[in-house]
Order: sequence, then C-alpha cells, then structure tokens
Amino acid sequence: MKDIDKINKILDNYPKDQSSLIPILHEIEDLYNFLPVDVLNYISEKLDISLEYIYSVATFYNSFKLYEKGKYEISVCLGTVCYVKGSENILKEITKILNIKNGEITEDKKFSLDTTRCLGCCSMAPVLKINDDIYGSVKIEDVKSILEKYE
Amino acid sequence: MKITVGMGSCGIAAGANKIYSRLEKEIKDRSLNIKLAKVGCIGLCKYEPIVEVYENSNITSYVNVSEDDIPLIIENHLSNNILIEKAIKAKNNNIRNDYFLKNQVRIALSHCGDINPEDINEYVELGGYQALEESIKLKPETIINEIKNSGLRGRGGAGFLTGLKWESAYKVASDIKYVCCNADEGDPGAFMDRAVLEGNPHAIIEAMAIAGYTIGASTGFIYVRSEYPLAVERLKIAIKQAKEKKYIGDNILDSNFSFNVELRLGAGAFVCGEETALIASIEGKRGEPSKKPPFPTTSGIFDKPTLINNVETLANIPQIILNGSDWFNTIGTEKSKGTKVFALGGKINTTGLIEIPIGTPLQKIIEIGGGVLNNKDFKAAQTGGPSGGCIPKELIDIPMDYENLNAIGSMMGSGGLIIMDEDTCMVDIAKFFLAFTVDESCGKCSPCRIGTTRMYEILDRITKGQGEIKDLDELENLATYIKESSLCGLGQSAPNPVLSTLRYFKDEYIEHIENKNCKSNTCNFLTTYIINDEKCIKCGLCYNNCPKNAINKVNDHYEIDQDKCIKCGLCFKNCKFKAINKL
Repeated sequence: MKDIDKINKILDNYPKDQSSLIPILHEIEDLYNFLPVDVLNYISEKLDISLEYIYSVATFYNSFKLYEKGKYEISVCLGTVCYVKGSENILKEITKILNIKNGEITEDKKFSLDTTRCLGCCSMAPVLKINDDIYGSVKIEDVKSILEKYE
Repeated sequence: MKITVGMGSCGIAAGANKIYSRLEKEIKDRSLNIKLAKVGCIGLCKYEPIVEVYENSNITSYVNVSEDDIPLIIENHLSNNILIEKAIKAKNNNIRNDYFLKNQVRIALSHCGDINPEDINEYVELGGYQALEESIKLKPETIINEIKNSGLRGRGGAGFLTGLKWESAYKVASDIKYVCCNADEGDPGAFMDRAVLEGNPHAIIEAMAIAGYTIGASTGFIYVRSEYPLAVERLKIAIKQAKEKKYIGDNILDSNFSFNVELRLGAGAFVCGEETALIASIEGKRGEPSKKPPFPTTSGIFDKPTLINNVETLANIPQIILNGSDWFNTIGTEKSKGTKVFALGGKINTTGLIEIPIGTPLQKIIEIGGGVLNNKDFKAAQTGGPSGGCIPKELIDIPMDYENLNAIGSMMGSGGLIIMDEDTCMVDIAKFFLAFTVDESCGKCSPCRIGTTRMYEILDRITKGQGEIKDLDELENLATYIKESSLCGLGQSAPNPVLSTLRYFKDEYIEHIENKNCKSNTCNFLTTYIINDEKCIKCGLCYNNCPKNAINKVNDHYEIDQDKCIKCGLCFKNCKFKAINKL
C-alpha cells in the first residue's frame, strides 16, 4: 500500500477508539478522494474495529464514497431554493454534456457528478460546485463554458 | 483608513477572493497605509461582493464590485472624491442604512460583517468575552435564572426553553458532563448558522464556555457539517486564538474553571441534526437516532449528561448576559422572546439574512425583502424546510412565532423562509420535500423508511397524471401513521409539507388528478407542447432534435404527435423563436 506513512501519520493524531473513526475517514477521504478498501482494512487492524463496522459507518454518510471520484468533482445543489430556481435543469444539462448520470464518473476520470442538499449559498441559487469553486446564479447556457474551464 | 471585504461563503462564491487579492496588490504596489481585512457575511447576499471603506467615522459601501473597480475605489478615496455611482445610494453611502438592513434587530447576527472573524482582538474590542468574564464570577444558579428570565427558546426548531434545558443539565449529578453546539445546519435553504460561524465564531465559543461553567462541564464539542469548509476553518482559528488568550483551556482567566472545545465534522447526513443521532455520530457510530427519554441532558455523549444547543441559540447568550434578561425580554411576543434570523430566499427581490423580533408578520418580512421577484403574485412561503409547511397568501399577515406557525400546520424550524410565486407547483414542492426525506431517512424505523417511500410514490403518480382521488385520503392516512409512530423528529415531521399543501392547496392536487393539468407548467408529464404556427419559421430544429420522432412535417408546417410525445421539453428548449407553447 502506498502512502502508508501518510496514513500512519493520520492515525497517530487520534486516540485508538471508535470515536476517532469518522474524523479518520474524513482525512482518508481528503487524501484519496474516496475510501480505498485496502486502506480501510489497514485502519480496521490498527483501530481494532471490524471492517464490517467501518463499512456500515462509511455507507451511512453521504460524504464518504467507496468508489473513485473524478479529477474534478461536480456537485449540483438540489437544496430547496436551488430546486425552486431550477437546479434540476442544470443537472440535466451537465448529464447531457458529459454523458454521465448522478453518482457516475466520465470514462477519462476527469469529471464525476454528484448532487448535494444545500451548500448554504441559497441567495445565489442555483449553485454548482466544482472541487472548491462555487458558481452562483448559474444559467443553463453557462454550464458548458463553466465545464470548459476544467478541460 | 481601513478596507474590508465580505468573505463569507456567498461572498467568495461571488468572487470576493479575487477582489481581496487585487486590493492587496494595489495597496502594496502603491505603498499605501491602508489596513485590509476580511469580514464575515453581512447577510445582504444580493450585493456580494461587498467592499467597504472605513474613513474616520464614515463607512462607504461598494456593492457588486468587480476587479476593475478596485483602482477606482482606491483613487476616489485618496482624492477624497467618493465615487457615488457604485456606492449604495443611501445616507452616508453606508450599506447599513439600506432598507433591508435598517429594518432589522440584530442580536444573534451582531458583529457579522463588521469584524474580522479571524482576529480575536476585533471581537474583544467590541465587548467580546466580557460576558464570560462576568459569568465566571456568578453562581451557576444566577446564570440559569437569567437565561430562564430572558425567555430564550431553542432556535433549532422545537423551541424548547433554553433556561430549562440548562437547568436540567445542571441538576444532574455527574463528574463528567459535555456541552455540544449543534452546527449541523441541514435544512436546505437555511444558512444563518453558517453566517454566524463564518462571521462571528467567537460568540459561539464564548457562549459554550459560559454554558460549560454553568452546568459544570469541562469539554465542549462543536458538531459542524462538513459542507461548510470555511466555517470549519474559521472555527479552528478561533479556538486556537481563544486558547492563546486563555478564554478557553485550563484555568480560564486565572480561575478554577477549565473548558476545552473540540471540533467534530459531520459527514453529510441530514438526520444528524437530530440530537440523539448527533450524539451517535460524535461517538463514531452510524448517525441513527435513539428513543427519548432518556434525554441528552441525562444521558448524552458517551452516556454522560450533555447540553446541546443550536448555533443561533448560543449566539444570543453573550448578549443576554451583557445586556440583561430584562432587555431581551422586551423584544418579541409574550411567549416567544427575542429575535429570529430567517434565511430569505426563493422568488424574492432581496435575498439574504433577516433578523427581526419574533412575531413580525410575514407580510412585513416580504416587504423588507423588496417584494416578490419580477412583480409576480405571492403564492406561499415555506418555513421549516422538509419538516415544516407552507403559509398561503390568505395568511400573509400572520405573526411569525412558534405557536402561530404550529397552529397553521407550519413551523418556525431553523429559519429557512422560501418565497414561492404563481409559477411554483405546490404538489411538486411537496414531492420535492418527500424525496428529500426518503433520501435522508436513516432507515432505522419502518414508518419513516417505508411510509415516506409509499407517500412519495403516490405523489409521483399524481404529478404524472396517474393519480386517483382516493390517493388523497391515502396520503393523509399514511401521514398520520408516520407522524405517530416514527422514532425521531425527522420521521415525525416528514409528512408536514404534504399535509400543509393538502390543507391549503387541495384544489391543485385535484386539478392534477381530475384534469391532468399542472397550472404552473412545472410537472413535465402534464404539460402539452404545441407549435405556434405564427411564430414558427419552419427551421426544423425541433423536428431534427426530437428523440422520439414525435414531430411530423404535415404539408408546410410542423405538428407534435401528442401520443408519441414524452414531454422531454427538448423542442421547447431548442426553439430559438419561442414558437413552442407549453399548455
């Protein structure tokens, strides 16, 4: 397993008990953009928590993904305000352009598409997030040029 | 001279980072003696990015600033010639005199947008941590009485009296107790907690320390949702600074009282805003709720007594200690004291945060918000998010307080207030909220897991024109069962949006079922697309793009075959001449 030093360093920051599990999963997610199964196996050994238990926690929360995400993670907000202001059409437009559905990744692994329930930028609805960049008041015709920035 | 840039998440989304860097560069290049600072969100999101120039006692606010405006702004101030054009046209050109802000009473949001949240000194200069200094000289009972007398109620939604909660946590005997700040603001459409965490994080830390001293806890957790990375960052900085200044940590301000604050990140589960689920999540478990009682004040985090308060509730605490409960008590209504922050969004002219005395009529709030967008007709306002309900036009003068909103089948909730106009389909909105709860139901109890799914299926049928009148009774039956038998607040309140739209907009449901018609043209399946021959130039774009070959060329013009049409709307979207009508 590569990055083993980095993983050990993360583990060293926390007490070896169950309450550390979620913060550790957050850091692993930050490192890989998803939770690789061999890393989870390693954590299971180190924390003495069964892999099944870790799996049950990891699949409960939306922030954790067990599959790989794209280099650019697109997240379309489907919170109430965004929905009222038409964010579903933004989602459809992205699906049309990239030919991937919610939860999928493009073949070249460049883009992955997810939805979120409110980024708290409701006054700029509809909102779209690509990695850490937030785009507000997005119009359908803007989508293409926004995506092109990440070519 | 000092220049500030509004750098909450929404300001940054509007480009405030670039504005800040440009200002930094201009000031450096010109070797100017100007202090540049980041401030939190002032709550007037429509005007972001906002740049403010502080000169002596004058504040000039520049709104919707672009990078190119920066040199102009600086030059105009250096030559004492204020550029009025971009500055907001109000007295003193200060945004605080704008109608939207002037009509607010800011307690929970105080200092947001005025101070640099990454500099503890700015908070201290304005009286920050004085309430903590005073509190640790008082007896816990005195503080509890003060909070009880203030009449403050929990701002997370349920509206339980904060003083009583503190008292019960205080009375439980235990060597270990916890204070927990619920910053898992999950209600889509509510962002007041984010504004406080990003704009004035020290107020929360101060309030938690006061709570810790009062109930006898030495550890505090802030459970903040991971979707708010900027809030997390600012909280980390604030905790570090507060520790350095000895406002938290061991022997606070040289007293015997010690209190530490730890951050815990949520992981994208709405149900974790429910306190028992939140506790499970902090313990490293799946965020599933558990039965109450025992209440968290008796048995909470790691089975120890735990006081859980929401961000906005805590933000009021230092102000109550400083100004006295009698002052707080004069604001609001008889049963609901103080102010409430609403996140005003949807089809309204001025979107943003609005803090007003509890009991202010909805009509007044809409008026402060500049009225409905594009002069359209107000149809309803949604409060309380997926747990709440709607307020129809005929109740627009209702005073917004806990009791009144409950009585009409809505709720105060955490403060999302979404304005909807004539173009909004209420059946679709009910379906949207139910889709949300189906998604976010943790699955532990069956009424919520299965019941909401069945309700969603019925609503889905209705919006597709396959509903029957008896479905409406079935919806109400299911709703009653789910409300009565679900384990936690999420399930118990999940049917509310359906019940409340059924109560006020039953005719819309019937219209969908009997006439297979959606008046606001929202429900795609019920829309009929027709080509307007007068506007059509026969370019054939719709004909070529129809995925189902449902458009035929008949003689000289095009016609849509309604039997083949799948209502995808592609023809409508592609037509450059607005020649496709939606019916």
